[in-house]
Amino acid sequence: MAERVDYAAILTEPLIRQNPVTLQILGICSALAVTTTLATALTMSISLTVVLTLSAGLISAIRRHIPNTIRLIVQIVIIAALVIVIDQVLQAYFAEISRALSVYVGLITTNCLVLGRTEAYARHHAPPAAMVDAFGNGLGYSLVLLVIGGLRELFGKGELFGAQVLPLADAGGWFTPLSLMLLAPSAFFLLGLLVWAVRSRVPEQIEPPEHTPPLRTEPAE
Amino acid sequence: MTGLWSLFLTAAFVDNMPLILFLGLCTFLALSKRPESAFGLGVAMTGVLGVTVPLNHLIYTGLLAPGAWAWAGLPALDLSYLSLIAFIGVIAASVQVVEMVLDRFFPAIHAAFGVFLPLLTVQCAILAGSLFMVERSYDLAQSAVFGLGSGVGFAIAVSMLGAIRTRLDYAELPAGLRGLGIAFILAGLMSLGFASFAQMAAAQ
Repeated sequence: MAERVDYAAILTEPLIRQNPVTLQILGICSALAVTTTLATALTMSISLTVVLTLSAGLISAIRRHIPNTIRLIVQIVIIAALVIVIDQVLQAYFAEISRALSVYVGLITTNCLVLGRTEAYARHHAPPAAMVDAFGNGLGYSLVLLVIGGLRELFGKGELFGAQVLPLADAGGWFTPLSLMLLAPSAFFLLGLLVWAVRSRVPEQIEPPEHTPPLRTEPAE
Repeated sequence: MTGLWSLFLTAAFVDNMPLILFLGLCTFLALSKRPESAFGLGVAMTGVLGVTVPLNHLIYTGLLAPGAWAWAGLPALDLSYLSLIAFIGVIAASVQVVEMVLDRFFPAIHAAFGVFLPLLTVQCAILAGSLFMVERSYDLAQSAVFGLGSGVGFAIAVSMLGAIRTRLDYAELPAGLRGLGIAFILAGLMSLGFASFAQMAAAQ
């Protein structure tokens, strides 16, 4: 335990290189569902980061005392308890956003990102490192959410955080809102393109082909 | 009766869980590389959703909802904040039972699922089924139909994506788009198709 832990690396790795959403396929459901506006995306990011960091710290602190056979149940109960607290806080102070998020706050309980990080990291590391790792992953998740949420709100309504940024054609401006941006398919497209963009910058994330395409012997016409 | 049937269709197509509501996407994307595993996942989802949503409905109305303890002289008691933990417990137990039943009577299917069956416990689509049931205050019959419909919708979507992705093995995609990237784009296109069901429902 005497070896030095490189906290900076643990914190920054999940931002792009090991991004939970675009590489590890964790926590995608909520990443797409809550991104119609920037405000919901930000609320969700903060809630998830808080739950993730606290649960990683708690689970890491008691990691030597959890019997292996019931560890999943223990972890889920800890996470669910934290989610209930967050949910109640949101309902009390941010009622409007809490209604917009509907069941998705509760679904942080089963967000694979939370359980994935506690299973993969917090269970084997000391609390400070586990919390830094969880916080980094929360930030990586938030980054994706904010990018997609920002794009969707900007082009879907011409607004950012509810304030008009692009002048609408209805109100004498030049911008016609793309209502498709507010619908489900655009979230998939944006995330797909985002994955493509990230992987063009970081080629080692590219997945190896499962089959090599047959060589073309005939001349292409 | 028509009400239940249309609820089933709505749950399966108009409010399709992975494509419209973005639920259960992690397994949706992870298990749809091969059609067989995709279909298996769909069947398991249908089974677990069909069992847990009505079961959770009984627990919610009987124990947790505001006023559920009125018969015991505690009409003001509201335990609904405990529903998350209760639902997760029921889901974990149901998945465990399904796993044991499959292991005992259908060992071939059980072997095909492997590690993915226990992972259904932390599937957001399954928990969401129960949470939606509470939010929309369905009765028992409606909950059962809603659970089954959502499961069938998930099974259809994941089988279709699995079938498309096998074909893509032979496509020459840009390297950065291979795997996850193209899966998202495909899901987006399918989502576009499923979104049109909402128009049909509205036009009806």
